[in-house]
Amino acid sequence: MQFLFDNFFALTISGLALGAVYALIALGYTMVYGVLQFINFAHSEVFMYGTFAVVWVLYFMGASGTTGPAVYGKFAIALLVAMAVSASVALLLERVAYRPLIRRGAPRLIALISAIGASFMLAEAMGLRDRLVGFVGLDDELAPYVARARDTRGLPLEIPRVGLFTIGDYRVTNIDVIVILSALLMMVLLDQFVRRSRLGRGIRAVAQDPESAALMGVNSTRVVQLTFLLGGIMAGAAATLYMVRIGATRFDAGFLMGVKAFTAAVMGGIGNLRGALLGGFVLGVAENWGSAVIGTEWKDVVAFALLVLILLFRPTGLLGESLGKARA
Amino acid sequence: MSTAASTDATEPRASAGTSRAAALRGARIREAWHRAPRPVRWLLGLLVVLFFYALPILNPPIISTPDTDFGGVLFTVAVYALVAIGLNIVVGYAGLLDMGYVGFYAVGAYTVAVLTSEHGSWPFLLVLPIAMLTTMVSGILLGAPTLRVRGDYLAIVTLGFGEIVRLTLVNSEWLGAAAGISKIPSPPDLPLFTVPHISWDTGVPLVDLGRTTTFLEFGVLDQVPYYWVALTVILVVLFFDKRLKESRVGRAWEATREDEDAAEIMGVATFKFKLLAFALGALVGGLAGALFATKQGFVNPQSFALLLSVMFLAAVVVGGQGNRWGVILGAVVVAYLPERFRGFEEWRVLVFGLALMLLATYRPEGLIPPGRTARVKKARKEVAALEEGDVEDTPSDPYAGAAGSGALNRQRSADTLATHTDPRTGEETSSHD
Repeated sequence: MQFLFDNFFALTISGLALGAVYALIALGYTMVYGVLQFINFAHSEVFMYGTFAVVWVLYFMGASGTTGPAVYGKFAIALLVAMAVSASVALLLERVAYRPLIRRGAPRLIALISAIGASFMLAEAMGLRDRLVGFVGLDDELAPYVARARDTRGLPLEIPRVGLFTIGDYRVTNIDVIVILSALLMMVLLDQFVRRSRLGRGIRAVAQDPESAALMGVNSTRVVQLTFLLGGIMAGAAATLYMVRIGATRFDAGFLMGVKAFTAAVMGGIGNLRGALLGGFVLGVAENWGSAVIGTEWKDVVAFALLVLILLFRPTGLLGESLGKARA
Repeated sequence: MSTAASTDATEPRASAGTSRAAALRGARIREAWHRAPRPVRWLLGLLVVLFFYALPILNPPIISTPDTDFGGVLFTVAVYALVAIGLNIVVGYAGLLDMGYVGFYAVGAYTVAVLTSEHGSWPFLLVLPIAMLTTMVSGILLGAPTLRVRGDYLAIVTLGFGEIVRLTLVNSEWLGAAAGISKIPSPPDLPLFTVPHISWDTGVPLVDLGRTTTFLEFGVLDQVPYYWVALTVILVVLFFDKRLKESRVGRAWEATREDEDAAEIMGVATFKFKLLAFALGALVGGLAGALFATKQGFVNPQSFALLLSVMFLAAVVVGGQGNRWGVILGAVVVAYLPERFRGFEEWRVLVFGLALMLLATYRPEGLIPPGRTARVKKARKEVAALEEGDVEDTPSDPYAGAAGSGALNRQRSADTLATHTDPRTGEETSSHD
């Protein structure tokens, strides 16, 4: 307990930074759930592909000797590419794994199974990328990108840590500020997009009542695609921030982050964008505090125990569910 | 309300999809089975059971696994099947999405491990019922607070439970921490007779006197007796499963699953029955875990990863949730195929993922859907045809009405219609014509 009080601000701020990444991933779960009412289990892999996009882009641009603003420039490019890659994977997922099912009117649990299958496939394809590339004989040319496919890949370039200001006795670094602020910015943008834009209105309409929305001329297929696209973009941003903070990834890195992010979405109230934000921050901070009190090895237990507690007292999450109820 | 089902509806339509045709074929097989005289059914059933008992002795080519010990593979498949039967009670009958079933499996296995090896040396046969009881209690402890949470929330809460169990195992010194518990004794031997295996090495079946199995001697190398025990347990559990499904309890589960509010209004104590389903499902999971522990001889937290819960759920859904034969087939698919194709070790998860996706797309009701699902589907089509003149198989906009309240209501009314089943003929009564 003493440890928690001694390091209160350090734990809280790094918890917020971690929570920001959870929240960005949680947005993908929550939006798809709001529109289609099913758990997009493969969203974790959308995130994982984003992390690899960051690694590859930084490698491709060449990292050695980069200093000063150029580092930030390269990370900005990596952010854009990661968003594009994650969004493409998300759209592909929608097209291949979900649309054929829903066209056949399959039960929701089956969509979950398809998602689990897709998740396995995507993760394994990344873990076997050296073999897959080997089929077309490019494994030598692409060796820096695909070699040792099952090992952890680190970033070739890292943003140097600089202390900016002090809260309590904790020196807040530029990394903390970048991660928390960019995550907040992304979420505000998304929230305003869904609340104010014409396309956002379409999303809310389909979330409320797909049949009436279709009768009013909303193209639900487009809306679902848009939902996956936005979720993918957010996952790409999360992937970049995750790499900025953690600096390494693996083909199976998505799973645990996905479970945590989904927990955050449920905690905040699934289908609720602001709930995902709140859930992410609460989860990140609670994990850090909890592990300070009862030991790091119990970190994940704290997360799930907190989820159970919250659901017991607020069965639809902290802010309540429904994407459709978000008013303009 | 007329009792005779309209004859034209039972004829396959020209535009029938593949799943519809398969459902009809399934219905026909089911009908033929029920028409057969009782002794014929008994004899056939007995033959099938005998075949499964003899399977590890026969070592039939193609089915037998060249890369791993066939008896061991069969045991794994049998444990998966047992787990699938237990999870089917929770997911298939009561409609509760449990994604942390591996937690119960772990509780069962660790109860055996703790009482027979780590903190006591009780006899296995005494520990087995204790393990079942412990798991059932853990199911009630988890269910009592969480079953009030609906639908998908339950999925994530149970997933959390599975993780909590695993992390507790990793972090508790008392439970052996990450290294786990070893030296779990095998069940008591009862050597009666010895059977030689059959070898197909030369292309023709030959009796291989060099490889024998002693009827009930639980060795380390020979895993066939464990398989026999697991198979026997499956048969016993199946008997109770059938009794339960066809009892008042089974009907209460079905009502709760289809429409909880309606069931509650009709006087079904939904919470009580959901908790019962959870407890019984947990019990079967714990039983499977206990068998696993005694066969393996050791347990460690890695054996109970979250992924296993996903595999269990996949077995149930792929096989056809709600149909006990379906989920057993699903367990065979999920547990056996990866072992059979161990030669492609590194590709198997990839192929498994692909198989799950394809199955989900082309057999959304599972490999063997329950008879009721087929009837519901038919009734739903009839209602839709009545409401809208005719119904297209593929609407131009797939997402329109996929999840809305309107679609759900119509689905509900169709389900209610389909549940009127004539007890004498087994034919469905359409209450709308």
